[in-house]
Amino acid sequence: MSVEAREARQPWILLSPALGAVVLLLFVPLVFIVVYSFWLRTATGADQVGFYLNNWKEVLSDAFYRDILFGTLKIATITTVICALMGYPAAYFIARSRGNKAILLLLLMLPFWISYIIRTMSWINILGVSGAFNTFLLWIGIIDEPIQMLYNQTTVILGLVHFLLPFMVLNVFVSLDGIDTTLEDAANSLGATRWQAFVQVTLPLSLPGLAAGGLLCFVLGAGTYITPLVLGGPRDAMFANLVFEAIITQLNWPLGSALSLMLLAVLGALVLIYNRYLGMAQLMKGLG
Amino acid sequence: MSAVTLKNIVKRFGGFTAVHQTSLEIPEGAFVTLLGPSGCGKTTNLRMIAGLLDPTEGEILIGDKRVNDVPIHKRNLGLVFQNYALFPHKTVAENVAFGLKYRDVPSADIPAKVKAALELVQLPDVGHRYPKELSGGQQQRIALARAIVIEPDVLLLDEPLSALDANLREDMRVELKRIQERIGVTTVFVTHDQSEALAMSDFIVVMSEGRVEQVGKPEEVYNTPASEFVANFLGASNIFDATCTTYGGASVGIEAPVFGGMDIPAQKAPNLKSKGPAKLVVRAEKVILSKSAAPKGVVSVPAKVETVDYQGQAVRYFVSAGDTQLQAINMIDERPFAVGDEVNLHLRPQDCAALPG
Repeated sequence: MSVEAREARQPWILLSPALGAVVLLLFVPLVFIVVYSFWLRTATGADQVGFYLNNWKEVLSDAFYRDILFGTLKIATITTVICALMGYPAAYFIARSRGNKAILLLLLMLPFWISYIIRTMSWINILGVSGAFNTFLLWIGIIDEPIQMLYNQTTVILGLVHFLLPFMVLNVFVSLDGIDTTLEDAANSLGATRWQAFVQVTLPLSLPGLAAGGLLCFVLGAGTYITPLVLGGPRDAMFANLVFEAIITQLNWPLGSALSLMLLAVLGALVLIYNRYLGMAQLMKGLG
Repeated sequence: MSAVTLKNIVKRFGGFTAVHQTSLEIPEGAFVTLLGPSGCGKTTNLRMIAGLLDPTEGEILIGDKRVNDVPIHKRNLGLVFQNYALFPHKTVAENVAFGLKYRDVPSADIPAKVKAALELVQLPDVGHRYPKELSGGQQQRIALARAIVIEPDVLLLDEPLSALDANLREDMRVELKRIQERIGVTTVFVTHDQSEALAMSDFIVVMSEGRVEQVGKPEEVYNTPASEFVANFLGASNIFDATCTTYGGASVGIEAPVFGGMDIPAQKAPNLKSKGPAKLVVRAEKVILSKSAAPKGVVSVPAKVETVDYQGQAVRYFVSAGDTQLQAINMIDERPFAVGDEVNLHLRPQDCAALPG
């Protein structure tokens, strides 16, 4: 075999384990889900194999699903905006700090060492009826009986911000860290104040990182079911909770499949629109 | 009036002193080079003039105005960086126009000013392009255009040629000097490259370890180094421990190894203040290898060629005269001397310089 042919084959040899895993663990199950979504669950609880559009009709016409989808997108949007507003200054601080950058990044990673579910549940110990915050307020005498602070939309957003903020900070950091600081010096020397230099130079150059972080926060936020399950009330269900409900609780796999495909389609479309304007390369840079 | 004045400037970073007590006056319209090896404090001085660093002690004046408390964006200086520092998300024209937006320039006049600046750096047609589409040399020209279009009081250049290829660097050197002479702006240039400093400067400030070693015209600094450091840093020198035997009058008597006793013009030993220990500085290119006898007034010493480093138009020889090794750089017409050749070293005393020991 010629050197060229061997070199041409090499990427495929190196890629094959990963490709195999993706095909086997992602693509094949996805095909199953697509097939399931056209089956029908009968009154007896058995699945009827065939090509039925009943699940799709229900999912696409019922206002209940539509409202929860919009609610989910709204919560994901609010979460993303809060993450951006809180994460950007933090990322800027880390990127501009000398010397202790590595320690700050390690601190940022620290939460990932604890399970996301545990981190989410920790809020019950903080904001719950017998949690730290209520106990403190009772102790200093501001309130006479505990306040119910948990299980509403605000705590769902709080939990999501807690979960997603590191992703935002990391993406913005990577972007900011790659910007030459002499660009700000140059802008200052030309007459721009520090704020003007930031708005004119640093901010536009860091937008790709902000966009990548935003996309990641939005997609992860919109696809979660743990946070609303742990920190939300009965009316705070997000779309992924419907999938969870249909498949785990009702064992209605056909309906659950149609619902999950619908969420996949909506989020996929948003990713494609994003990708169209910002390019996947920046997202990869942010993740790496 | 000086364009820039440093009065007793000191800069410390924690316990490290980057610049020791330094005073400097830079005349209006002059091209002044801060020259020295890395870590000598030249860039620290430039950054303090620019307002990117605050001096720990002392005063900085631009014109007759104290600027210690004036932030960088109000100092009206043109700054050019080694890495160009062009804004990658803005076109060349937007880059050049950047500083004009923060000045009282009517927006209708901006395009004409940008055009004039681009013409001055001989890149009139690249305004619509982005910096990354230009070569390194072109990018540095744009950075220069961006700095001078604001008509700065002082132009500060921080190793602007270091990132360029050798050939391009020499072209840009000539170009930069031409532009500076044309607009007449006071310029402070930081470099570690002695040939850039010698070729471009009206005055050179040689620095070492945070201190100014010598200030002078290029030929003064080169021919009459004020310290051993300057003698070694600019060009190649042979430095001998010597003794000053006669002092006072038009010449000083120096007794040195190899060359014996010589009378050196007093202006070539301005810092020598007494008899006793001294140093003799002999430039490598002033030591001429020859087969023939020395003319009158030229010291001649027999020597043997040890190493020949052929460089085309010139040759660098290492020769030994007795126990002492010297280097000599000679221009040649034909064949260089060969290793082992017995030659005479010719040296004119007036080409030497003497320092205090």
